[in-house]
Amino acid sequence: MSALVSTVEAGFDVEKVREDFPVLKQKVHGKPLVYLDNAATSQKPLAVIEAIRRFYEVDCANIHRGVHELSQRSTAAYEQTRAKVKQFLNARTKNELIFVRGATEGINLVAQSWGRKCIKTGDEIVISAMEHHSNIVPWQMLCEEKGAKLRVIPINDRGELLMEEYQKLLGPRTRMVAVTHVSNALGTINPVREIVELAHKAGAVALIDGAQAVPHMKVDVQALDADFYAFSGHKLFGPTGTGVLYGKAKLLNAMPPYQGGGDMIRTVTFEKTTYNDLPYKFEAGTPNIAGGIGLGAAIDYVNRIGLDQIAAYEHELLVYGTEALSDIPGLRLIGTAHKKAAVLSFVMEGVHPHDIGTVLDRMGIAVRTGHHCAQPVMDRFGVPATTRASLAFYNTTAEIDALAAGLRKVKEMFA
Amino acid sequence: MVDDLYQEIILDHSKRPRNCHPMEGANRKAEGYNPLCGDKLQLYLKVEDGIVRDASFMGSGCAISTASASLMTESLKGKTKEEAIKLLDKFHELLTTDTPAAKDLGKLVVFCGVRDYPARVKCATLAWHTLRSALNGVDAPVTTE
Repeated sequence: MSALVSTVEAGFDVEKVREDFPVLKQKVHGKPLVYLDNAATSQKPLAVIEAIRRFYEVDCANIHRGVHELSQRSTAAYEQTRAKVKQFLNARTKNELIFVRGATEGINLVAQSWGRKCIKTGDEIVISAMEHHSNIVPWQMLCEEKGAKLRVIPINDRGELLMEEYQKLLGPRTRMVAVTHVSNALGTINPVREIVELAHKAGAVALIDGAQAVPHMKVDVQALDADFYAFSGHKLFGPTGTGVLYGKAKLLNAMPPYQGGGDMIRTVTFEKTTYNDLPYKFEAGTPNIAGGIGLGAAIDYVNRIGLDQIAAYEHELLVYGTEALSDIPGLRLIGTAHKKAAVLSFVMEGVHPHDIGTVLDRMGIAVRTGHHCAQPVMDRFGVPATTRASLAFYNTTAEIDALAAGLRKVKEMFA
Repeated sequence: MVDDLYQEIILDHSKRPRNCHPMEGANRKAEGYNPLCGDKLQLYLKVEDGIVRDASFMGSGCAISTASASLMTESLKGKTKEEAIKLLDKFHELLTTDTPAAKDLGKLVVFCGVRDYPARVKCATLAWHTLRSALNGVDAPVTTE
């Protein structure tokens, strides 16, 4: 296979990078593992695994309260992650970053706290036709409770947002625009800067679901001018159960707490409780301390490789993969946006995705099959499900060749 | 390997499903749904004097669920309601227990390989869940959950 050279700098050595991921070194059903399910969750580099191990072996204590050495160490390590996220997203201050369980919890926090305070009967919330269920259902629940209306930006056959239709949806009752940065099912990269700007012009607040964006491209929340931006740590090569909600301080300060408990208070009496400052106001209870520290290690790791490098390499993989799959007769790619992340979602004539998934699995190839928690996207394209190969910077062209060969075998079996 | 799952009969019935059409004059109908993969199935039965005279199905699904529905409708014809329920229980046992008694299943034993693919058991049982509700006269769609 020809090597990828054009935009990837000489410094990027995928074989060396793969050494950092212990999980990739195994065989599955007797074949070398080909892990192509990165949009579901990414694998973890040794640096992350070791950071978690070190916490439990050396520093384990609760944070923010103890005066003893271990508590101070774990508090420092946990809060260091917040500083790393601040730099990673280019937030103004650390106080604008709230640790959550994942993007899903981040969106629910906004829907429940901001939404229940600010949304009134007859107000409108705009989402898009390519949202993950996690950016649909919290708003639906809010609309139901408040008598508000959910409006949906349609997409074209390539899986791109119809921006003219979006502009038509914006009106005096629009309070919130909640759109994904990158589609998990289609790979589409949305023009979020423009989406936010138009939302602001209409007097609405904008939330961006960044779960599929942050592992693959540089994100600058100030440049985007997003009011809220949520992502999951586990898709960023960090531990599961970690994530961050960025929110502009002005908005966060005006919002009521999401959950009550320890750490989110300043004083408690039975008559009255006063709340803690940002970001702790939104962080009730003992958090996922080890996970948070692991997330910090993941961000360090990604920074070491460099997101520009990652984006360039993954783009070449996407181009290579698109070509390799397009050569297979009867295969149709779902999601062919001009601006796309390294997601290859497809259907094959006469073969159900679950059969594809099972046959590939026996060849050691892990892909996702189903509706990808985006049933409205499946309906839009008139398919019950797709097969999805989602790539990360540790994937190789040889792995894409293995996928293509596997799919030819599938075709032989079922066609 | 994977051929244990996709045995020749299964592939044959998935590519050319038998009894795959709506039925005029059906007196039992039920709808099955697998929320995991979105597969839907409509089952039609003609039951007279306690005997399944005819069986057919419609729907789109994976090879396993299509072949299962196809082979099920074939094996139901001429069976009494009680025999059909018995077959259903035996089929379920074939897929979910370690030491199933495979006798009396006829061609349906080809599904024994599904046991080794836990994620696919629901594909094979969708038609049979639907059969149970059709025989019991339940109108609401059944799901595999």
